[in-house]
Amino acid sequence: MSRSVFFVSEAFRALRRSAAPSIAAIVTIMVTILLLGVLIPVLNASNSAAEGVREQIGLRVFMQLDATRAQAERVGPKLEQIDYVTKVHFVSKEAALKRLKGKVSGDLKSSIGELNSNPLPFAYDVTIDDADNLEAVSQAIQPPGPNGKSRPIDPMIAKVSDSREQANALRTVTGNLKTFLIVLAALLLVASLLLIANTIRLSIYARRREVEVMRLVGATNWFIRWPFMIEGVLVGIFGAAIAVAILWAGKVIIIDKLNGFTLINGLSTVAFVPLIIGLVGSAIVVSALGSGLTLRRFLRV
Amino acid sequence: MALLGTRARRRRDAASPDRRDSHRSEEPAREPATPPIVELREATVVYPGGHVALERVSVEVARGEFLFVVGPTGCGKSTLIKTLIKEVEPASGKIFIAGRDLGRISEKKVPLLRRRIGTVFQDFKLLPNRTVYDNVAYALQVIGASRSEIRSKVPEILRLVGLQTKLHNYPDELSGGEQQRVSIARAFVNHPPLLLADEPTGNLDPVTSIGIMQLLYRINRTGTTVLVVTHDREMVDKMRRRVLALEEGRLVRDQAAGLYQDESTTEFAVRMRAELGVGDEGHTNGDTVH
Repeated sequence: MSRSVFFVSEAFRALRRSAAPSIAAIVTIMVTILLLGVLIPVLNASNSAAEGVREQIGLRVFMQLDATRAQAERVGPKLEQIDYVTKVHFVSKEAALKRLKGKVSGDLKSSIGELNSNPLPFAYDVTIDDADNLEAVSQAIQPPGPNGKSRPIDPMIAKVSDSREQANALRTVTGNLKTFLIVLAALLLVASLLLIANTIRLSIYARRREVEVMRLVGATNWFIRWPFMIEGVLVGIFGAAIAVAILWAGKVIIIDKLNGFTLINGLSTVAFVPLIIGLVGSAIVVSALGSGLTLRRFLRV
Repeated sequence: MALLGTRARRRRDAASPDRRDSHRSEEPAREPATPPIVELREATVVYPGGHVALERVSVEVARGEFLFVVGPTGCGKSTLIKTLIKEVEPASGKIFIAGRDLGRISEKKVPLLRRRIGTVFQDFKLLPNRTVYDNVAYALQVIGASRSEIRSKVPEILRLVGLQTKLHNYPDELSGGEQQRVSIARAFVNHPPLLLADEPTGNLDPVTSIGIMQLLYRINRTGTTVLVVTHDREMVDKMRRRVLALEEGRLVRDQAAGLYQDESTTEFAVRMRAELGVGDEGHTNGDTVH
């Protein structure tokens, strides 16, 4: 009992004395934890968004631009006959333009209004029963021809767009982003580890007299090591605590206010409490590792 | 004690209880009832780089002895102290403390060994940012002593060394002699059976030195074996105690205390002052222990 009090008070004494390196280590830990605390939910949300796009099951079949209305309407029944197709919805040029106008705003919207002719083709929204059958339906509309090029079931069909493509593109982007951010986070973790190691090393140097006396009077090796270990972990805890406070403020000020918006609704993300526990835990592990490594190298006891 | 040849050493390695004294070799399998507090058998210490600091040194120190180790700088005096606290290990030969072979003490047990040996150095090794009281208390804290133990032992030992009025002073507010007293208090606070002092008076003037020697003598009279390393031959000669002389790592003289006399610490101090020709002033700290 009195031992642990001794260890902790020695660790605090050391932290006060070597304020500059301690603060450097604390700030690095803080930035790392802050970054991870923002990145993990964001990555999670973008992942779930990508998955959401993939889940939207359906195809859009575009006609040739020069197809007449009659030619386009002839395609509909053919699409309805394909297996797994549950619903076929005809989108006229006018409806498509209207839909486009609804999606854009500002200058672009007014310039669409100024168009002399309608640049959009006729199209069909094809709904199918299950996402797994997307490939089959797509194949049925555009069976591959003898020369490998796909030959649509009707010459008027120009293109079949598949929501999977968008999902895949989104996934590639988030995947790359994820890799980049993981590398960044790993670098920051290494930096924190090294700065903690450096703090402890300086602390060992500053306390070399104490260490010498402890060895002379017969303090056990772990008795000598514990204050340094605790000092490193305290640095980790302080850094993590500041980061958590900032994250919490961010959650209250930004995220909680967005919750009323439909935009954010449905985006699943990591729960706050487990995230914080995980972050603080990793800060403690990293700082303990940092001090442990230095003790092994520089504290010959 | 003569140096032993390699032949004898080899024989001893084969059958270690075989001793040089004939009356002991009659019972080769048994250690004496009370083993010597310090025993070196053919201890050789070689530093990295090939410097031989101690060369086949064999010596026995009985419990309660007060002895000096003298010799010029670099003769291996400090190495001797380092080997006794297992800071340095001999390349060959054996070292025993109270009958225990240091070579067989695991690294984990070394701190326990050091708790039974007090060490005092020329440069005191006090912590400058702690008071006299805290410096001594620190030595107890780091070996896990309880608070009540610290509260009873620290003032007692500081009274013994005569610093009861300086408990709350910092080391830099004390004279050299007083600092050395703190260092001795710290080394002796656990009443170890063996006290090692490496040049304890190296930084002090003759009058202060006598005070320190008197304190060490007082500690010796409580039954603690005191081994003092010094290059102050004059002081050693006046002390009239056993003297080991080292030269280039070899033990060249082991002069028993022919003139040894049992005297009180006061008699000791008076004689020392008279023989060294210094006055009565200085740190006498009221000698009441006899």
